[in-house]
Order: sequence, then C-alpha cells, then structure tokens
Amino acid sequence: MDQEIKASITVRAESSFTAESLKKKFRFSEFFAEKLITLIAFMSIAIIILIFVFVFRESLPIFSQGKSVRKQTETKADEPERYGSDNSGAVLNPETYTPGDLQPEQYGQESLSPERYDGGDLQPERYGVSEDSTGETAQKETILLGRRDDAGGNEKIGIKNLSGRDWQPVSDNPRYGLIPLLLGTLKITLISILLAAPIAILAALFSASFAAKWLREIIKPAVELLAGFPSVVVGFFALMVMATFFQDLFGYSSRLNAFVGGVAMALAAIPVIFTVTEDVMTAVPASYKEASLALGATKWQTAFFVVLPAATPGIFAAVLLGIGRIFGETMIALMATGNAAMISANPFESVRTLAATIGAEMAEVVFGDIHYSVLFLIGSLLFIFTFSLNAVAEFYVKGRLMRRFQGKTS
Amino acid sequence: MKKLKNLTGGLMMGITAASVILIIIIIVVMLGVIILGGKEKFSWEFITSFPTNGMTAGGIFPAIFGTALMVIIMTIAAVPFGTITAIYMSEYASETSILSNTIRFAVRTLATVPSIIFGLFGLGFFIKFVGGSMDKLFLDGQLTWAQPNILWASLTMALLTLPVVIVSVEEAIRTVPRDLREGSLALGATRWQTILKVVLPGSKAGIMTGTILAISRGAGEVAPILFTGAAYYLATLPHSLSDQFMSLGYHIYIMSTQSSDVDLTLPIQFATTMVLLLLTFSLNFIAVIIRSRIRRKR
Repeated sequence: MDQEIKASITVRAESSFTAESLKKKFRFSEFFAEKLITLIAFMSIAIIILIFVFVFRESLPIFSQGKSVRKQTETKADEPERYGSDNSGAVLNPETYTPGDLQPEQYGQESLSPERYDGGDLQPERYGVSEDSTGETAQKETILLGRRDDAGGNEKIGIKNLSGRDWQPVSDNPRYGLIPLLLGTLKITLISILLAAPIAILAALFSASFAAKWLREIIKPAVELLAGFPSVVVGFFALMVMATFFQDLFGYSSRLNAFVGGVAMALAAIPVIFTVTEDVMTAVPASYKEASLALGATKWQTAFFVVLPAATPGIFAAVLLGIGRIFGETMIALMATGNAAMISANPFESVRTLAATIGAEMAEVVFGDIHYSVLFLIGSLLFIFTFSLNAVAEFYVKGRLMRRFQGKTS
Repeated sequence: MKKLKNLTGGLMMGITAASVILIIIIIVVMLGVIILGGKEKFSWEFITSFPTNGMTAGGIFPAIFGTALMVIIMTIAAVPFGTITAIYMSEYASETSILSNTIRFAVRTLATVPSIIFGLFGLGFFIKFVGGSMDKLFLDGQLTWAQPNILWASLTMALLTLPVVIVSVEEAIRTVPRDLREGSLALGATRWQTILKVVLPGSKAGIMTGTILAISRGAGEVAPILFTGAAYYLATLPHSLSDQFMSLGYHIYIMSTQSSDVDLTLPIQFATTMVLLLLTFSLNFIAVIIRSRIRRKR
C-alpha cells in the first residue's frame, strides 16, 4: 500500500515536471551517488559470497594435498629430524622409511631432536607475530609438514581420515577425525537448546500475552541487555563461577564439561529465541485472541491454546536461529567445555566443539599445513550449516507464517 | 470446577512469569558477581597502567587502548557502509523485487554467521589475499601486511557489525514520517536531496544507536580477532596500522585460560571483565534508551 502511494506520488511529481525541465536538471553527481549507493548495497551479498569462497578456498588443499606432498618430499631428504619431534615419532621415523644404514645416526640425533622440537614449539608465536611466514616460508613449511605426514605411514588426508573417530592433529600420525567434534557440538547444542528454548518461549509468551504494556517495555530491553553481554564475559562467568557452582551441586569429576558449556550457551541463545518468538507472538492477529476470549476462554487458555499454536512456525524459526547461535559459539565453548575431543553420551564429560577447535588451534598451525586446511574445512562446514539453518528459518517458516496469518484473516 | 480452572490458569501464568524472572535474575547475578569480584582490584591506576611482572600484576591500559583503536577504525569502516545500505534498502529498493530481497537475506545471513567464521575470513581474505597481494605489489614481497594486524582485525570486525548498523538505521529511517518526504518531493527536491536533507537528519538517532550497538558488539567480540590481530602481550602501544594490538576481550580469554598462574591473577581477570562488561553494558543501555524513544515516536 505505502509503496503504491509513494510510487504514484513520485510518478505524479515527475509528470508535473516536463521532460525538458528534467533533462536540463540532470545532475551527474546525484546520478553517480545513487549508483554508488546501489553498488554498496550489493556489497553485503558480495561479502556473503566472498566469505564462502575464501573460507572454502583455504580448505581446498586437503583434496589435492596427497599427491603434491609426495612429489615434494622426494626433493628434500635432509629434514625429517626436524619434525621427528615426539619421542614416539623419533622411534617411528627410522622404522618406516629411513634406510637401515642411517638408523644409528638418526638415533644419535635423537638427543638433538628435543632442541629442534623447541624450535618447532616456537611456531605458534611465530604465527602470532608472523615475522617470517611469507608465502615462501609457508610453502616450505607445507613441504615439511607434508613430510611429517608422509613419515607417519603415508597417511593421506581423505574422507576416511576425516570421518575417523580420533581428533589428534598434533601428533606424528595426525588424525583428523571430525566425528568426536561433530558429536560434541551436537551434544552441547542439545543440552543448551533444551534449556534455552522453553525458558525463552515461555518468557516471550508472558511478555506477549500477560504482561501489561509498561512491563513489556521493561522486559524487552532487559532481554536485549542480556544479548549485549559479550560471549567472552559469559564464558568467563561460566568458567569461574558456574563451573564451581555446578560441581559443588552435582559432584561430578571434570569441572569443565558439556553441561556447564551448555548452560552458558543457553544464556547466549535465550535472547535470540526470545526476541524472534516475541515478535511473532505479538504479530498474531488480534482477531484470533478476541475470538477466543469472546468464546469464553480465559486469558491463559487463549495464550496457550491460541497464541502459542498460531505462532508455532515462528517459534520453530526462532529455535533454528538459536541452534545456529549455539552451533557457532566459540568463546564460551573454548572457555567452559573442557575442550577434550572424546565421544561420550555423559553430559558431565568434557567436549570439544567444531567452533572451539578452530579458535583453539588456528593460532598454532602453520599457514598451508594440512591441519590448517582441515580447520578451514570445519569453518566451511559451520558456515554451510548456519547458512542453511538461516535459509530454512527465513524462507520456509516465515513464508508459512505469513500465509497463515494473512490467509486466515482476510 | 471453576476454582480448579483458575488454579491451572494461575499455575500456567506463573510458569511464564517465572521464566521472565529467571532471565532477570541471571542478568542481575552475572552483573553482581562480576562487579563484586572486580571492584577490589579496580582503580584508576588499574586502567591507566601497563601490565607488569609477566602479566601477573599491573593494569590493562594497552588492552583498553587497543580495543578503543580497533573500535574506532571499525566504526569508520562499518557505519558509512551500513548507513548507505540501509538507505538503499528503505529508499531505493522496492519491497518486492528479487534483488532487494536478496540483499535483505544477505544482511540477515551476515548477522547469523558465527563470529569465528569472520575470523577465518579475515585470515583467508584480508591477511593472506589482500595483505599478500599488497606486499607483493608495493613492497617487493617484504612481509608487512600479510600478517595479523590491527587494520585487518578492525575490518573483520566491521563486517561482523555491519548488519547491526544496517538494521538500526533502517528501523530509524522507517520512522521518518512520510509527510516530510512527500513534502520535500512536492517542493521540487530530487530524491537525493530529500534523502540528504530530510531522511538522514530525521534518522540521526538511529544512526547513533546503530553506531553505539556496533561499538558495543565490536568491543566485546573476541573470536574474529583471535587470529587476525590480537596479541597476548605487547610492551608498546600499536603505533601503525600494521601493528598488532591488545584487546580487552582477548585479554580476559587468555588470562583465564592460558596464563601461567590463573589463581594469582584472578582479581585482574575479574576487574578486566568488569571493565569490559560495564563498557558494553552502558553502551547497550544508552542504545536501548535511544531506541525505545525512537519506537515511541512511531
């Protein structure tokens, strides 16, 4: 409606000016500015595409690494000691591929390798300051790491490795099994959403159906304030206060675990779910409520049996958005979940989530390494997942809601 | 019978009210615990001095300075772009066209992308791609820009806060009365003049809310700067865009999980958290007040 009126008015305005007068007053700067605005507006689309392209691009080497690594290793033969880092590795290396003659030397150098390893240990810092990881050195390091990878029994990164049950990226035989991370993330999401969804939905129902107007104007901003708590603050609170509190309460052994993380993430998800749900509930046509009340239903019956069902698709969308929020939450997961990649159904065990893995390990890998690419692959997975959640919430659910409200009221 | 019905009704309503009360209690408890824990260490000296003794004593001035600098660069990047996008969406794009719907969807998607993904993007795009190309083109491959620094961290953060700005500004632009716009157009002003002279001044408050919310969000987020520029400890303040910086949020994270003696530095951690929380909280509070004023106007 508004748009039509506006359009008709602009049309009228334009037609009252004759074509000539408009031509005379053609302003290049305005034309240019308007084109610029359009261009900038399209930037948000471009950013989304760029995010996907660049996050995915960095993970591509995984799929081609196997071959290139083998080629490069043949050219350099003097460096395995560098990465024969762990003691176990030092023992393993000679066994797998060094010619027998060299073995004594290799063992002789074993006393050296810890020193070398210390050098390797500095790499996180080197990344942090990044004084010397130019493209070239990064390339070189790829070779080295590829070598290490090869040394560990020709382990080639592939679907098999990625779908393994072990996540041990920093070892002589690195394993990049995503299953424990995925299960950990799902576990924590489940715990968190089971806590957050009921609280947020009920609170939204109260705000939309029972609360007086002045009260609603307090509740909504209050929840918005909760949304404003930085996740690192929530994580810190969980780490320092909640973890101890729940341990005293339940008496489990590992202080940081999926439950603590889940509760903390629920705090982050509640505002998301609340806001969307509340918006949908207040958008339920007044005629629904009035009809229900006119039929003799009480206020609470109307709220629970009319407003709540009518808003279901919107609540569903809200929960999806909440799941997306929890799924990608990094700082709380890093600080409050214990970060041990293990498969267990016990909510009081430590877990390691996908996002936390990126956050914890990205600072310690070398550019171009397989490990680095795997972390980017995890990033792509996270991005695709949250993107699809959002798309479902957006198109399917909201479309249905609109049809439901508009179809029935008209 | 009627009594029973009233009882269930009361109970049901009680449950919903309890949820609201629970949320409020959570907010109060979190605020209370962190302020109580932090106030003993908090002092003027704490916020104006450097960390000493291997980060086990001293203040957090570099972290505050780094956060402020990052937020300023971020605002310079995010607010104009966000405002312009919002203007396009409310003034130029028709509500039904596929293109404008795509932009809308992109903005909403941008708001739901996990913050760690922005970190990865900053690393892959800004540091490796843009920074790498800059070094190759202008500096003969000398490593300057292809490493984490405050510029890339701020730009990454700007992308993260872009939707915050867009949503606030768009909401505010929509509250500018149609009469004013039509009046301006009827007096012969062009669309562009109307936007500059009528719409933008009318939505000043919204732009301010958007800026404040973006600042609060940017100051609090840690995940995007984890590997695009934040540093554990720096002896000097950043003095160029290619320097790394210390940030409040990162400081909290690193002190509480990776410092040599977590218990010893606990008061510092609480005080740092308190500073960050008070900063974001008060910014949000101001934004909420301005926003509710805008909403009332409508």
